[in-house]
Amino acid sequence: MPINPILASYGDLAYDTALALYLLAMVLHAAEYAAGRVPAAMTIAGHGGGGGGSLATLGGPDTATPRHAAERVGRSAVALTGLAALVHASSLALRGFAIGRVPWANMYEFTSAICLVAVTGWLVALYQYQQRGARTVQRLGGFVLLPVVVLMFLGGTVLYARATPLIPALNSYWITIHVSAAAASAGILLVSGVASVLYLISGRPGSRFAARLPTSATLDRLAYRSAVVALPIWTFAIITGAIWAEAAWGRYWGWDPKETCALVAWIVYAGYLHARATAGWRGARAAWINVFGFGVMLFNLFFVNLVVAGLHSYAGI
Amino acid sequence: MRTALVLLFLLALGALPGALLPQYSLNPQRVRTYWAQHPKLAPLLDRLGLFNVFTSPWFAAIYLLLFVSLMGCVVPRSIEYARQLRRDPVPTPRNLSRLPHYARGHCDAGPAEVLAAARRRLRGWRITEGTEPGGRRTLSAERGYLREAGNLAFHVALVGLLVSFAIGKLLGYEGQVIVLANGSQFCNSGPLAYDSFRPGALVDGTALEPFCVQVNSFTPVYLPTGQPEEFRALLAYQEPEDLTTGTWHPYLLRVNDPLRIGGTRVYLVGHGYAPQFTVTFPDGAQRSGTVQWRPVDTTTLLSEGATKFDPPGVSDDAVRRTRQLAITGLLAPTAVYQGTLLSSGFPDLLDPAVAVDVLQGDLGNNSGRSQSIFTVDQSMVDSGRLKLVARANLRPGEQLTLPDRSVVRFDGVTRFVSLQVSYDPAQAWVLGFAVLVLSGLALSLTVKRRRFWVRVAPAEPAGTVVELGGLARTDAAGYGEEFERIAGELLRRGQAQPPVPAAASTKGR
Repeated sequence: MPINPILASYGDLAYDTALALYLLAMVLHAAEYAAGRVPAAMTIAGHGGGGGGSLATLGGPDTATPRHAAERVGRSAVALTGLAALVHASSLALRGFAIGRVPWANMYEFTSAICLVAVTGWLVALYQYQQRGARTVQRLGGFVLLPVVVLMFLGGTVLYARATPLIPALNSYWITIHVSAAAASAGILLVSGVASVLYLISGRPGSRFAARLPTSATLDRLAYRSAVVALPIWTFAIITGAIWAEAAWGRYWGWDPKETCALVAWIVYAGYLHARATAGWRGARAAWINVFGFGVMLFNLFFVNLVVAGLHSYAGI
Repeated sequence: MRTALVLLFLLALGALPGALLPQYSLNPQRVRTYWAQHPKLAPLLDRLGLFNVFTSPWFAAIYLLLFVSLMGCVVPRSIEYARQLRRDPVPTPRNLSRLPHYARGHCDAGPAEVLAAARRRLRGWRITEGTEPGGRRTLSAERGYLREAGNLAFHVALVGLLVSFAIGKLLGYEGQVIVLANGSQFCNSGPLAYDSFRPGALVDGTALEPFCVQVNSFTPVYLPTGQPEEFRALLAYQEPEDLTTGTWHPYLLRVNDPLRIGGTRVYLVGHGYAPQFTVTFPDGAQRSGTVQWRPVDTTTLLSEGATKFDPPGVSDDAVRRTRQLAITGLLAPTAVYQGTLLSSGFPDLLDPAVAVDVLQGDLGNNSGRSQSIFTVDQSMVDSGRLKLVARANLRPGEQLTLPDRSVVRFDGVTRFVSLQVSYDPAQAWVLGFAVLVLSGLALSLTVKRRRFWVRVAPAEPAGTVVELGGLARTDAAGYGEEFERIAGELLRRGQAQPPVPAAASTKGR
């Protein structure tokens, strides 16, 4: 299949544009955060609790806060994020059309797909929270965009790869299924990891920075719910990876570094869900486990592909 | 649970060195390199089994303990679950207003009608009704039992997955073989037919599925950049029942598309080039050899190897061991010269050439040491028993005359394919359990186990006082909304006054 270089270059242009828009949205979110008032009703009570309750209560005290300029800045940042996500999606689509294959076959494209899922997942979560009246959640935008911008910057510079067709080992319909599931779960877990980091920060009493965050319980719930969505997808990604490995490499499981690391991440996230249901572990300890899990995911993405030689190394630069 | 958590972490921690350190099972060459680079550290790591993590006793200990602890959790929970399934939902608590979800209101309809409406609304819930002193009637409802079923299925399936994995490892085997793509054959007759063979602990190699494969041609497709686009090996194969009738079936073997014969699979895992040399000995006898040379550069397929010859018709062993020949050096599928230095410019077979050293003397075949087919025994060269007698760059058809008037001709190049044969009788079970793991996980994470209670009492002068309570038994969020929806519907139905404003409250637990 011949490559269309013009479409591919438009795809790269859209990528750069999306990155610039994300950066701008992040700056607006930062301004919103810095100018945001600390709601009087907000407390950090409930830290350490992972229990029941509903989202409606968590948004309760926040809904009373009047809208002011900072929040309007935040709203425009959210709108900008949505626009950037559209541009971002079109960059992946253009690359896919340019090569006539799925646009997540090397690290540049894969990182880009993860970021798109993370941003989309964030916007969906934000929409759900706002439906319930939890307006302070919007302030998390900058913290979600920070890793996205860093990853996309690395992707566009260090990891950048020109549009090329698939090598024979990757040329299978499983790349559509397995890699998209991996990217989807990694993107959602990014949101989860960010929420857990902020949860740990929000637990510090007396911090002016922490006081502007949504309640600990909101952050904990965001982390948990996104992990709950992501874990079955991640499981699916590992299983389809095993099925593909059976067809490509002659065995469904061979302790290849990527496979091992994916399993380690899976175990850590399973540990996170267990910890959240275990007395004495829910709260900060569980959050640390979630953060560690995302660390393993990042390690699996960068270190295993770039440093450790394994069967997945062709997905490199 | 705490034990399981600790063991889960040990497992994750224990698996990490398997990803970070080179492993014997994956790449023994890299382990040897590591030993050479870290001569002090490596013996220590080796003693800890860190180059063999996944077969080491301590790793086995962790996962066996984990599964023991898992069974210790799953068995009592299954019994408890079976009991719960037969039991009615718990009776209505005396004070519903203490529950996390509570609503209260007044309905115009009578108690029986309100209860009937609740029963209709709570279709799909497990329901039981009761009466209390003072004419009050209650209804207890519970749903989401599938959550625990999914949870148990998930954990049991994990055990099944591990057991199937182990059975497959015990009864399965993997073998690699290189076959020239010129109509050469490979038959799965036993371990000796392979270049390397890794049997499971219970495989003795006597009962391999009998089939034969003939590699008729191999065609790679490359982009102009040298990036491979497609590999195609045209095979003919015989299934076990064809061996007596002599029938051959054609098959196009490609990467990602193995040939499956019964439970055995044949994979295309690599390819390369085998140069053909013909030696004309001084007495006029001719011998040809076509031996695979191994690619040293995976992008240009520059290959190295050694093609070895025994002089024919020499019965005296001592004389024979002065006249053995080895043709070693480099093969470039597309020759590029820097001066006289040969390298390869493209992986496809466009313009082949070899740069060879011809060694003569004692190859050391009967020295008792094992020898690689790709190299000569360097100690024979060092001791002077194998001497360099000629060196040349050759293109197909070109030849070279040795001091003893032997003539070495480079005839051309044949492609070879590297095939892997795998057998794992338990992999369908592994897949089945994996699907069960996933469905169990999805069920246990999405289904919410929750309870709903109704208490009705006749009101003065008419109508009914309705009290509703709700409790989510798991920490899945979102029950509050469902509760409010159901409560709203039940209280609105056939009533005069709205529910008490603060009543439909939802408290965080």
